[in-house]
Amino acid sequence: MLYFPPWKTVLILAVILIGFLFTLPNFVPESVRYDESGRAQGAWSVLPNQTVNLGLDLQGGSHLVFQVDLDEVRQDRLSNLQDDVRSLFRRTPPILSAPPAVIEDRVVVRLTDPEDMSRALQRLDEINERVTGTGGQAGTARTLRIQGDPDGRTITIQITDAELDSIRQRTVRQSISVIRRRIDGMGTTEPVIARQGDDRVLVQVPGESDPQRIIELVGTTARMTFHMVESGVDVGSDCRARTPPGIVIYPSDDPNEPCLAVQRRALVTGEQLNTAGQSFDENGQPVVAFTFNQSGARAFGEATSRNVGRRFAVVLDDVIITAPVIRSAILGGSGIIQGNFTVRSATDLATMIGAGALPARLTPIEERTVGASQGQDSIERGQIAILIGFGLVIVFMWLAYGYFGIVSTAALITNVFMLLGALSGLQATLTLPGIAGIVLTIGMAVDANVLIYERIREEWRNGRTLASAIENGYNHALSAILDANITTFVAAAVLYMMGAGPVRGFAVTLGIGIVTSVFTAFVFSRLIIATWLRVMRPKSLPM
Amino acid sequence: MNAFPLVRLLPVDTSFQFIRMRVGAFILSLVMILGSVGAFFAFGLNLGIDFRGGTVIALSTAPEPADLGEIRTALSDLNLGDVQVQEFGGPSDVLVRVAMVDVATAERVTGQPVEDFEAAQQAARRAVQAVLNEALANVEYLSVEVVGPQVSGELVVAGTTAVIVALFLMLLYIWFRFEWQFSVGAVLALIHDVVLTIGFFAVTQLEFNLPTIAAILTIVGYSMNDTVVVYDRIREMFRKYKTKPTPEVLDIAINATLSRTILTSGTTLVAIVSMAVIGGPALEGFALALIWGVAIGTYYSIFVAAPLLTLTGVKRDSGEDDGARVHAG
Repeated sequence: MLYFPPWKTVLILAVILIGFLFTLPNFVPESVRYDESGRAQGAWSVLPNQTVNLGLDLQGGSHLVFQVDLDEVRQDRLSNLQDDVRSLFRRTPPILSAPPAVIEDRVVVRLTDPEDMSRALQRLDEINERVTGTGGQAGTARTLRIQGDPDGRTITIQITDAELDSIRQRTVRQSISVIRRRIDGMGTTEPVIARQGDDRVLVQVPGESDPQRIIELVGTTARMTFHMVESGVDVGSDCRARTPPGIVIYPSDDPNEPCLAVQRRALVTGEQLNTAGQSFDENGQPVVAFTFNQSGARAFGEATSRNVGRRFAVVLDDVIITAPVIRSAILGGSGIIQGNFTVRSATDLATMIGAGALPARLTPIEERTVGASQGQDSIERGQIAILIGFGLVIVFMWLAYGYFGIVSTAALITNVFMLLGALSGLQATLTLPGIAGIVLTIGMAVDANVLIYERIREEWRNGRTLASAIENGYNHALSAILDANITTFVAAAVLYMMGAGPVRGFAVTLGIGIVTSVFTAFVFSRLIIATWLRVMRPKSLPM
Repeated sequence: MNAFPLVRLLPVDTSFQFIRMRVGAFILSLVMILGSVGAFFAFGLNLGIDFRGGTVIALSTAPEPADLGEIRTALSDLNLGDVQVQEFGGPSDVLVRVAMVDVATAERVTGQPVEDFEAAQQAARRAVQAVLNEALANVEYLSVEVVGPQVSGELVVAGTTAVIVALFLMLLYIWFRFEWQFSVGAVLALIHDVVLTIGFFAVTQLEFNLPTIAAILTIVGYSMNDTVVVYDRIREMFRKYKTKPTPEVLDIAINATLSRTILTSGTTLVAIVSMAVIGGPALEGFALALIWGVAIGTYYSIFVAAPLLTLTGVKRDSGEDDGARVHAG
């Protein structure tokens, strides 16, 4: 076992060299590795050029988890269904029934005449579409389960599980793409926007230390609509007056005018917008400038030309932002929204309406923000802790094993380089607990060496020749080394599977550290000792 | 020949009689376990934000030192319920902890309608930051964490599951690796470590967070490996000294692995101590848990694990095959 054929030696050294190469970028400034356009330059375009991926707790930034409110989406779907049933039954020849009602998760309608049952079921079948699959193709499952109850008069309509699943998938997917457009509008680098679990969205924005800004940007539905103001309707002193059909009262941002009555039907909606951006009006106040698409421009042009002199309201998520008077028809398809804006709030609003409305409400359920200086501080402390831990372990090993302690030092240094190389190459995320994992690995990695050396000493004392003592030492220590590392690896694997964020970072460094330490202790250090035996031909054990 | 002077950190041949100390060790372990259980029920765990939810804000008033009293007074006007203000790290670093607030409280402090329990935590965080911004002339937020009821509930489940799954896998490993007389000692090692670590957190009232779970699992992995190394050697010694009485063989095996046990614990400890001292407040609890865990794991494998075999009894001739499988050669 102490004889290494050349190919094996080359292979071991190659593995170590690769480890070093992957570690190298961490010690070379970014300006050397990349040119101005952010592309790897020179030798770096061939060599590995990625550094360790720092977690948000180390580089500073905001980590937020949002819950997508699917209940609301389902309720919307049910009330649309209710409207559909009503209009289907009104079609001639009409089917008489009590008004359809939404009861919990179903729409229930009671026919006046039981004779109409089969006709009603047939008609309802028209709205029972096929569920759209994830790729947009029509599947085999139906969206609704329509049942005539045994009493012969009541029809129950439920949304099928397949459709609910499809709604959920669609809502979360749309939310993610809307959020991505909004966050990109902030101009930050490398944000992470990803689905988490069934109905959650993870948003990580490095460098952003104000989570409130992200919460507002992501948590606002931003459904924008334009409505005509009904100035003749009394809103009452508390804005809760009863309104005629088709008229609603919305609260307003303007303190002088707490609310306004507007037509329920929107003239144009945010979906008909083409672009939106922050700009300034003639008084130098920040405003949101927008352009409509063709259909929006036409609708808005018609409405404004018919209503010159009246007011219209710009409504965002059921709140009136502004309600200007129409001075003349607006035909060009563009306009500005004036309001109580700062440059930043105007920019954020423009970003939100430009990116489109969210299909559902998103609530933040977890928020963790680390300031950039704090992250930097953690990195520095972590580096010092690694270096000192490293130094102490080396001194310890020298004191205990003298010459062989140096071999274990070489193995330990190689181990740390390979661990860093693996983290860089795999682009695993290094977190603060991850640094703790490295420190712990340094402490435990020598265990394999210790087991081997102790064994070698023992064999030597039992009167074997040096070569045979070393050979036996390695062989006898193997099972103990495997045992030791399997148990810790099990702990790391479980943590990786169950843990979240920073703890997962710990599991990753611990797990990789175990693999690299077994390699360096059992393979690399043996190569060193075998070479030493062959070259120096020692007669006694130097420890 | 010798480039380095032969420094002997540890004596080569030791012959401590650990088996003779077993009664003392058993009593000590039993007392510590009972004490841990008692402390757990008497003091409870100081659950951190991951498991309890709420808000934790770390701020710095550097370069001026922080006036904790001023911050406390400013925040107590909010009447948010359980609010803790304490120094952490340096004199200008302050940690503000706010327990979860209910919807009514959140509506009162913000003066705005609050939709649900999740939104209430966000509202509380905003209110606290608003008060801090006003009360302190110079404030930098080092970190702000808000964990809602849903996430904290899930983290409790995930943390507990992680510990249970890990323990189960270790048991599987023990079952696969040892005959039952040894298994008892190994299983007790698991219980010993987990209970004493939880006891440590109950007594010190250090914050019990997600990283603490990581620490517990690491400790269990580490100490299991210590115990396995000692037991392996015991089986080997049983084959070698067929006629010696069991206690004597156990002592030989413990002494043979002693320098390894101490060296590995030593290097691991110096590394973790450097983490505890330098790593800063964020890693302190984690590092202290590991130090404690390595210490009790080492103690257990030397003083309890092997002596336990005198109680369970070992069938010395049947152990041979198993041992031979492991230590071929």
